[in-house]
Amino acid sequence: MIRALGWAALLLLVAAPLLIVLGMGFGTSVPGVPPVRPPIGPQGWQGSLESWALVLSDPYYHAALWRSLLLALATAGLCLVLGFGMALGIAGAAPRARLPLLGLLLLPFWTGFLLRISAWMGLLRDSGWVNTLLLDLGLITAPLRMLDTQGAMILGMVHAYLPLAVLPLYASLVKRDRALEAAAADLGASRARVLADVIIPLAAPALAAAFLLVFIPAAGEVVIPALLGGPTAMPVGRAIWEEFFQTGDWPTAAALATLLLLLLLLPVAAFQRLAAR
Amino acid sequence: MSRLMLWAGLAFLWAPVILMVAYAFSDSRTPYLWGGFSLRWFEALWANERLLEAVWLSLRIAAASASLATLLGLVLGWVLARHGPFAGRAIFGALAAAPLVLPEVVMGLALLLLLVGLQALTGWPAQRGALTVWLAHSALGMAFVAVLVQARLAGLDRRLEEAAADLGAHPLTIFRTITLPLIMPSLGAGWALAFMLSLDDVVLASFTTGPGATTLPVYLFSLLRRGLTPEANALAAVMLSGAGLMLLLVLGILALRRRRVETPPSRE
Repeated sequence: MIRALGWAALLLLVAAPLLIVLGMGFGTSVPGVPPVRPPIGPQGWQGSLESWALVLSDPYYHAALWRSLLLALATAGLCLVLGFGMALGIAGAAPRARLPLLGLLLLPFWTGFLLRISAWMGLLRDSGWVNTLLLDLGLITAPLRMLDTQGAMILGMVHAYLPLAVLPLYASLVKRDRALEAAAADLGASRARVLADVIIPLAAPALAAAFLLVFIPAAGEVVIPALLGGPTAMPVGRAIWEEFFQTGDWPTAAALATLLLLLLLLPVAAFQRLAAR
Repeated sequence: MSRLMLWAGLAFLWAPVILMVAYAFSDSRTPYLWGGFSLRWFEALWANERLLEAVWLSLRIAAASASLATLLGLVLGWVLARHGPFAGRAIFGALAAAPLVLPEVVMGLALLLLLVGLQALTGWPAQRGALTVWLAHSALGMAFVAVLVQARLAGLDRRLEEAAADLGAHPLTIFRTITLPLIMPSLGAGWALAFMLSLDDVVLASFTTGPGATTLPVYLFSLLRRGLTPEANALAAVMLSGAGLMLLLVLGILALRRRRVETPPSRE
């Protein structure tokens, strides 16, 4: 009974939507409401490979996919490095200080995602906080162009996703057996050596989890590129968005979404093999 | 070294937020120029009816979807933790976890296509709006609740329930009087998480909403695409104070509880 209810929720809200996206990639874009002819109609199969051919052959979409992967990689890498240091710091704090520190980590998270992005818009624009400060200090004579750049997007994404990386790393680091580190130190290992040969290898599963937790949403990010990356920044998430909302080409949006999912399956599969080992 | 990184990271997270809150009190029309102290942007916020309407709608959708997500998440978590190996368990688990890892834009597109398909086949939903956003947010939230519930159930001492069963309690009574109170913390945390996810979501809501149902993030996104508004700073200040108060409340309750546990009444 309970299980049937679970199946119903999953099939309706998760499986069916994903299957429809898969199928819609083979639909045809037509004028009308909705602006699409599904691949299967009353007369049977009426699909086409048009959208898939477009997505697979047009360099615009290749560039979009490639750029999102690089963007997600840069974001996840930076989050991992900074997040590992922060997680180590929280785990190393006195036990009664840990909860307030986690609160400090998560509180800015609760001001609302869009409002935090708007703060970065105010910081980075030509007449914004950072440029005004630098001009007033006489360090620059003309404002630096920071908004609408690759760097602005990465900054905004690291800011948005950093807590997602810190939490799994903290959960793993706070439980670690510190006797191993003491033993390594007694045997003459330097602190850097202990970190590289003891702490990091033991935290490998958490590092992989933190990486994926940031990498996957970052690869499909829409809002940050739209607000911080400028009009030409078109990673795949935003390309899907534009196909759907601007061009109204649903089959191409669906094919692109399917392609993104297939590409994301690779790191997830790699992670599961790592976890199984 | 790690302490240095911790403080540097916290400074990085907080700096934009603090600047925004400070400039919420600036009199200038430009949201990032200081024009003397003023509360005019808070007044503007209070007078902005479209924004207040969006806030109210977002809060209602968040509460409703957190509730449905908690209910469905409890069902999913229960099946995953208690039903052992059944046919299709791997698929069940994969589907339950999928919303956790799907990029929002894919999930938004998928849910929209489902709604359009449903409408073509059954005529329902006749139009998209608050109701369809509620369903979309529940689909996202239930996956997060399921993880929390499953973890909590896996850590429970089964003997408590077995003892109650041995003493002749009805399964429903056992669930109501023993299991439910024990997993309540995970349900509460799951509800709060689903509430926050819904309140903060732009992408799913943009795909699944319709005319007349503009949630706060959808409204803000359209504002920010056209440029900055000083009201955003004031809104951030309000939301941060709200979140800060809730955090202090939770920390206070936890501290009180800990004190009670640490100092049991003396037995002399």
